[in-house]
Amino acid sequence: METKFEIEKLNLYYGSFQALDNVDMNIYRNKITALIGPSGCGKSTFLRTLNRMNDLIQGVRIEGTVKFDGKDMYGLNYDVIALRKKVGMVFQKPNPFPKTIYENIVYGPRIHGEKNKSKLDRIVEKALYEVAMWEEVKDRLQKPALGLSGGQQQRLCIARCLAVEPEVILMDEPTSALDPVATAKIEELLKELAVKYSIVIVTHNMQQAGRVSDYTSFFLNGKVIETDKTEVIFSNPADKKTEDYITGRFG
Amino acid sequence: MAQTHLQKVKTFKNIVFYGIIGTLAALTLAALIIIISYILMNGLSHIDFEFLSQDPRKMGREGGIFSVIIGTLYVTGVGIVIATPIGVAAAIYFTEYAKGGKGVTIIRFFTEILAGIPSIIFGLFGFAFFVIFLGMGWSVISGGLTLAMMVLPTLVRATEESLKTVPMAYREGSLSLGATKWQTITKVIIPCCKPGILTGLILGIGRAIGESAAIMLTVGGSLRVPTSLFDSTRTMAVHLYTLASEGLSMERTYATAALLIFIVLVINGTATLITNNLGGSNGN
Repeated sequence: METKFEIEKLNLYYGSFQALDNVDMNIYRNKITALIGPSGCGKSTFLRTLNRMNDLIQGVRIEGTVKFDGKDMYGLNYDVIALRKKVGMVFQKPNPFPKTIYENIVYGPRIHGEKNKSKLDRIVEKALYEVAMWEEVKDRLQKPALGLSGGQQQRLCIARCLAVEPEVILMDEPTSALDPVATAKIEELLKELAVKYSIVIVTHNMQQAGRVSDYTSFFLNGKVIETDKTEVIFSNPADKKTEDYITGRFG
Repeated sequence: MAQTHLQKVKTFKNIVFYGIIGTLAALTLAALIIIISYILMNGLSHIDFEFLSQDPRKMGREGGIFSVIIGTLYVTGVGIVIATPIGVAAAIYFTEYAKGGKGVTIIRFFTEILAGIPSIIFGLFGFAFFVIFLGMGWSVISGGLTLAMMVLPTLVRATEESLKTVPMAYREGSLSLGATKWQTITKVIIPCCKPGILTGLILGIGRAIGESAAIMLTVGGSLRVPTSLFDSTRTMAVHLYTLASEGLSMERTYATAALLIFIVLVINGTATLITNNLGGSNGN
């Protein structure tokens, strides 16, 4: 099994607050890895170290190593732009740009230099097809993306992310702002996407982690309590704290 | 009984306050309407084709104000063209790059002061620096540069405010796709801010087009149509001032004033239209 990310002794501080404490983890190719844990446990922060989105926050300090395809992502002269092209992200709240549906999807390919109109058209169709939205919106590609429903907006954001042909997709509670039907659609989509992409998903919803993921990692107070195959975590966790959390005794 | 009395008092108070506030609001509106209609009534009847198409003769006693209209648009246009890129760039630097540093606080403090400085001071500086020191003479470019300095604070402030309203989520969305910061600013953030920037521009144009003191000191008062940036010319506000203060022609004073108001209204209206259309295509 091929490793996408190797994380070793990762410590992250916001000023003097330590948000991640000695995190070790491997993230595998074409698998869905779920990060679970109570609010404020560091799982979103961890997710954001994987595409270096934490760089945007002032006062962040990072120690340890995060390797992507064997190369240290936090090393000197590492190309963050190229990294983010390969490691896409879907956010908690759908955040399509205030542009048309079409413009949202071609945004990524365009900034990476694609100018050919018919190629862009094909990218749009392919991306929308992958998120099972092509039939729904093919007649209104030139309409504002903000006119879509919340679930559609989130799938559009996934399509926008797929349009730059990433290898990994990071998802930060992608269904927490959506209704159950839209959530079900996205979960279904995740399984199909895992054939081509490696997915890391942060979720508050334990059932969701159980339903969609291959691996699950339990975070608590900035530490990784344990990481294992999802069925092991849910049926036979090694740590008492994991069991307590999963059975709903706290969190 | 006591309660109904209380209710009556409350209702009475309501009516009184409502009346006072309503009257004050009406007064504000009345002032605007009276000024505009007074100017228009006195001025419109003297505006004809000759007035619009001919240059002033005998210091403005006769003839039209064609060269003055051109001068006004020229000077204001030059000022805005100089101020816009500088103002927008400064605002982008403040909000996107130098977030809350000490230097920015200081620069912002001085920008605010700049906004409150009387225009004659700008005129004096423009005269001493552009006209004399840099040897540009009384000219469109001296006036344009002076106006640009006057308009900058408003423009920076308006642009900054609209940059701040762009949600962080758009920035994150763009960066997460592998966009550089610059691409994010030019392709996502600025398109969102166009209405705000335009509002700043309108306020700036309003201040610039009505300016007389600073213009007299930097552009001069030539009545010919300016053909280059280094020609002296006259703007409508200056022309208006000269006509009225030297008692040359009250009819033409009012006609000039009416036309100035009309131009400002047209600029405002156009900008509002553009803003609304921008909003529409953005899907906001």
